[in-house]
Amino acid sequence: MKYMDEYRDRKLIDNLVGQITKRASRPYTFMEVCGGHTMAIHKFGIPSLLPGGIRLKSGPGCPVCVTAKTYIDRAITYARMPDVIVCTYGDLLRVPGSRGSLYDQRAKGSDIRMVYSLLEALRVAREHPNRRVVFLGIGFETTAPGSAVGILQADRERLSNFFVLSSHKLMPPAMDAIAEDGVAIDGYLCPGHVSTITGSAMYRHIAEDYGLACVVSGFEPSDILQSLLMLIVQLEAQQPKVEIQYKRAVRPEGNIKARNFMDQVFVPRDDWWRGLGELKNSGLAIRKEYQHHDAEYAMPVEVTTQEEDHGCICGEVLKGHSEPTDCPLFASACNPVHPIGACMVSSEGACQAFYKYKRYE
Amino acid sequence: MCLSIPAKIIEIKDDTATVEIGGNHYSAGLQMLDDVNPGDYVLLHAGFAIQKISDQQARETLELLREMGDLS
Ligand code: SF4
Repeated sequence: MKYMDEYRDRKLIDNLVGQITKRASRPYTFMEVCGGHTMAIHKFGIPSLLPGGIRLKSGPGCPVCVTAKTYIDRAITYARMPDVIVCTYGDLLRVPGSRGSLYDQRAKGSDIRMVYSLLEALRVAREHPNRRVVFLGIGFETTAPGSAVGILQADRERLSNFFVLSSHKLMPPAMDAIAEDGVAIDGYLCPGHVSTITGSAMYRHIAEDYGLACVVSGFEPSDILQSLLMLIVQLEAQQPKVEIQYKRAVRPEGNIKARNFMDQVFVPRDDWWRGLGELKNSGLAIRKEYQHHDAEYAMPVEVTTQEEDHGCICGEVLKGHSEPTDCPLFASACNPVHPIGACMVSSEGACQAFYKYKRYE
Repeated sequence: MCLSIPAKIIEIKDDTATVEIGGNHYSAGLQMLDDVNPGDYVLLHAGFAIQKISDQQARETLELLREMGDLS
C-alpha cells in the first residue's frame, strides 16, 4: 500500500541499521511513548535488528492500558440501565473492571455495541430516540478532536439522548512525569499521530529541561530506524532537541482546525493514569457549555472500585520500570485470551505485543 | 486505538469522504481538514481524516533514506 510498503524496503532498513551501529559510540535507551509504536516495533522485530547497546522501552501511550478501573466500572453501571446503549471502541471490551469487563456484562444481556467511530454512535442515537446512548470517549490528542466534532454535531442536531463519558488524556504530562520519575532513558520516540494534531512544539521543554532527545516518528520500520538514528546523532553531538522524522503527516504547527475543535469542547483537568497516578492537567473534561452531552454530569452514578490488581505489574511496565517478561503472570496466568491486566488486553499494550510477537521465547 | 492508516479519497459528499484502503472502502469525516480532493491521501483515524499526507514530504524522506545508504 502506498506510503507504507516503500518504507519497508529491506535495503533501506539494512542501511539504517548500519548507520546506527556506526554512529552510536555508547549504549542508548529510548522510550517509545505511543502504543502504536510498541506494536510496530515488535511486529517488525526492530529490537532484534538493533546493535546490542541500543534498547527500547515501552511507555504510557496505550490509552486502553492507562484507563482507570473506575472508568470501566462506571461504563458497566451505565450498561446495566435498561434504557442505555453503551457504544465503545473494541479495545475496551475486555479490560477488567472491579467486577468483570464490558464483555462479561454484554454476555449478561446489556446492550453494549462495538463501534469503529464516534460517528457510528451518533447514528445509533438517532435511530433510538427513546434510549440513552453513552459513547466511551478514550484516547489521546489523536482521538479527542473526533469526540469534539461528534459532541458539536449532537449539539447542533439537538440529540438529547447522546452522551460521552470522557477519559481523553493528554500526552505531554505523562512524558514529563516519566522524566521526573528518573526512568533511565536518553530520549523519546515521540508519538506520530498525536503530533499530527498537536504539532511538535509541545515537546520542546522536554529537550530543554530534561536534556532528552525527541524525534516525532512514523510507524513503518524505516521510519522508526531513521528516528532512532536521528536521536543518536543528536545525543552524539550533545544537542538534544525536537525533530520531526514523520514529515509526511506531521507539520510543526499540527492540525490547527482539529485543535480548535478540541479546545472548543474540552478543558484540561487532573486525571489518573495506571502506573503514573494522578497527573496535573493530563485529562480532558467536557466544557460546561456541552455538559448536557456529558455522561458524568447528565447521568450521575455512584461507583465503588476495588483497586487490587492480583499481582499485575502493568503500572510498572507503563512507567518503563519493568518489562512484561518481569511479570510472573506473563504468558502463564495472563495471556490475550485470559488477560489479567490492561496491558495484555489492548493490541497496543506492551504485554500483548511481547506475547504476540514471541519476545519471551 | 491510536492507529491511523493512509487512505485514498475516492469521493467527497458534504463533510464525508469515501476512502479506500487496500481495496476496501470506508467512510471518513472530513471536518478537520480543508482543501482535500479525490485522489488525495489522508490519515484515517477512528472514522475521521486527521491530516492530508504530503506526497512531497514523503518523497523527500525516502530520498534522504536512500542517500544515506549511498554514503555509507
Ligand atoms: S503480563 Fe498480564 S498480569 Fe503481568 S503485567 Fe502484563 S497485563 Fe499485567
